[in-house]
Amino acid sequence: MIAELGHYSLILAFGLTLIQAIFPMIGAARHDGRMMTLGPTAAYGQFFFSLAAFLALVYCYIMSDFSVAVVAHNSHSLKPLLYKISGVWGNHEGSLMLWVMFLALFGAMVAYFGRNLPKTLQARVLSVQALVGLGFYLFLLLTSNPFDRLADVPFEGNGLNPLLQDPGLAFHPPFLYLGYVGLSVAFSFAIAALIEGKVDPAWARWVRPWTLLAWVFLTIGIVLGSWWAYYELGWGGWWGWDPVENASFMPWLVATALLHSAIVVEKRDTLKSWTILLAIIAFSFSLLGTFIVRSGIITSVHAFATDPKRGMFILLFLALVIGGSFLLYALRADKLQSGGLFAPISRESGLVMNNLFLSVAAAVVLYGTLHPLLSDALFGVKSSVGAPFFNLVFGYLTIPLVMIMGLGIHFKWKRADLKGVTQRLMAIAGLSLLGALMTLYITYGGKIMPAVWMGIALWLLFSVLQELSVRLKLFRIPLKQSLQRFKRQPRSSWGMSLGHLGFSVGLIGIIATSSWNLEAQKVMGIADQMTIGDFTLTLDDVIPVAGPNYSAVRGIITVSSKDKPDYKAYPESRTYISSPMTTTEGAVETTLAGDLFIVIGEAQGGGATDRFGIRVYYKPLQVWLWIGAAIMVLGGLISLSDRRYRIGSPQGKKKKGSPSHAH
Amino acid sequence: MLIKRFLPLFIFLGIFIAFMTGLFLNPRDIPSALINKPVPELSLPPLQGAGIGLDTADVTAPGTIIIVNFFASWCGPCRVEHPALDRLSKIPGVKLYGIAYKDRPANSLIFLKTYGNPYDKTAADLKGRNAINWGVTGTPETFFIKNGIIRYQHIGPLYEAQIDSDIRPMILKLQQEDPS
Repeated sequence: MIAELGHYSLILAFGLTLIQAIFPMIGAARHDGRMMTLGPTAAYGQFFFSLAAFLALVYCYIMSDFSVAVVAHNSHSLKPLLYKISGVWGNHEGSLMLWVMFLALFGAMVAYFGRNLPKTLQARVLSVQALVGLGFYLFLLLTSNPFDRLADVPFEGNGLNPLLQDPGLAFHPPFLYLGYVGLSVAFSFAIAALIEGKVDPAWARWVRPWTLLAWVFLTIGIVLGSWWAYYELGWGGWWGWDPVENASFMPWLVATALLHSAIVVEKRDTLKSWTILLAIIAFSFSLLGTFIVRSGIITSVHAFATDPKRGMFILLFLALVIGGSFLLYALRADKLQSGGLFAPISRESGLVMNNLFLSVAAAVVLYGTLHPLLSDALFGVKSSVGAPFFNLVFGYLTIPLVMIMGLGIHFKWKRADLKGVTQRLMAIAGLSLLGALMTLYITYGGKIMPAVWMGIALWLLFSVLQELSVRLKLFRIPLKQSLQRFKRQPRSSWGMSLGHLGFSVGLIGIIATSSWNLEAQKVMGIADQMTIGDFTLTLDDVIPVAGPNYSAVRGIITVSSKDKPDYKAYPESRTYISSPMTTTEGAVETTLAGDLFIVIGEAQGGGATDRFGIRVYYKPLQVWLWIGAAIMVLGGLISLSDRRYRIGSPQGKKKKGSPSHAH
Repeated sequence: MLIKRFLPLFIFLGIFIAFMTGLFLNPRDIPSALINKPVPELSLPPLQGAGIGLDTADVTAPGTIIIVNFFASWCGPCRVEHPALDRLSKIPGVKLYGIAYKDRPANSLIFLKTYGNPYDKTAADLKGRNAINWGVTGTPETFFIKNGIIRYQHIGPLYEAQIDSDIRPMILKLQQEDPS
């Protein structure tokens, strides 16, 4: 019954989306107010019914209703509640259901927060949003109905892959999808602007918070996924340049570029057609990401839906959306006149360079991801570029990008004083060089590049702090006044400082953990010892443990080192009951200096002579990566709360409302 | 100027065409140059100890269907594939051999301890030399051999569903061929 209600709700949501797609667009062309007001109403209705459909599916999972096919295939009655719920989006049908629900949510948010938008712009944005939605509703209803019933109802479900039963992964897809779908708003704004033939600073001010919101979600989503890979897979890695990881990284890179180029549109009324293009590309990458995951076109651990019919549908849909947008762009972009000019050394050109490097980075990832497919389709050769290719390219791409980041934040708009900035930055350039040399000294005999990268990352870190102290006039005016300036800084500039600071901190973590990690393994019996770096591990005991839906062996290991008190580590190796599969639960001791990561394997041999394969990793500064990412997200959130961007707030309305209404 | 505006569209069309061809080319179903050819020479040490792990005699043994699977502990898809191999090894009348590709034997052993060992015999291809002779494009990759002739090559991970839908019928067909 509930499943059928869900199905009807989904069909009703589709009907409302059809209305939302057609009438506001016609209304905007004819300046028909009544038709345009259908937009927000339909958007609210669509959200209501798609949420109802989604909740109906969640209900089927919680109740373990195995007469519903997706529940039977993906759930199990013994699973903890959290994973019953996260199981909803752990499969093809459910994840698409979540996709459209989020799309409808963002549509409703544009309807609500965009009440102060010019009516025609809002109508067109909502209509484009609905056009995208139509494709997804059709896809769901025609090829992947989540509410299909089974004729023979099984007593028990197939269970969710135990690897996916982890809090990090439970929330990873929703955040990633919020990010993907969030970019649809920037996309809809871009298409609406192309139709209207007008992009102005006010447009950029509306687009920026939406992009920022999507960027924050995307960042959280990517980091959660990476964090999951690190803790759960027990392989000591956190990023593998897997096609699906790349699929989430590409929109992130472009969204980051878009965030920066939209600032130029807002402040300087230029770079318009480039910004529009970025908005289209960012969302195209989101769709491409969905396609790569859902079609199995590129062999990947993640590509679990290998169904060419579905792939065909998504491909045609992609062709319509992306091809159509690029065609519209080609035909209409010349309508957008460029505004202010700027000198080669200025904040604008710094941001242009930033955009250039980020776009190149995205293009590199796109090339690397599609390479196996392209070489197969074009030349009939099977080949792939692996992680070494990406690591090499990104290693070198980071250097100019980060150097310009450190420089650009000191530049003024229009024309910057290169000499003054250089003089100001001499000291921190020296400090970073010193940092690089010290790194070289500490890791004496090691490779040189990590020291170079460390110097670059420190350069950015110092530069951000220096820029902040300039703004606060730290040490040049009394501390009390500096503190007052501290409080008066607009939140968006805190966002900038924190975003860049987080990036540099994360970068330091990445450099350290990928350059200087240690790894050791040994087959150990009780009371055996092994050493890694400064740590000595003793296997005290191994005991069996029973969990809610798994049984496990747990190692009890004493870890001792020179400068820290001994502690006990409890790594586990779990075997799940519903699907006979083993996962590792590594014991991770995290400190600012590094993570000690211990993994235990199954018993080797039998009886009293049991021996266990123990793997240990030491990951220097690993936690800096997560801290850096958290700071970036925090920066995004603080910037989002800036009064100037609090969309629909009365103060904002007066300021930004007036210029936009003048047609 | 006009060309510049159309550039994104053209690039997209190029990628789109590649996708179209890609969708109809099954990436795991490419014909190999070695299909219906005798297996290349093989002589590999075992994962543990000295001597011979796998040699040409093993993989050319007449009568049975011999499956050679290239895997590595560092390879993510291999972990995904593992339950499928388990099922594969239970099909009657087949022998499943595993070759650890460019992998430290200690790591391979831990991998097999952690996820279970479905193989009848294992060997280590430390440098990946033998894999080159076999035309391996990456891990995991699986070869199906009868009477010393490679009959089928599967690129990428095997999924459990595939075992029943594709692999088992294919093996049955090979087994029913007249023993010439």
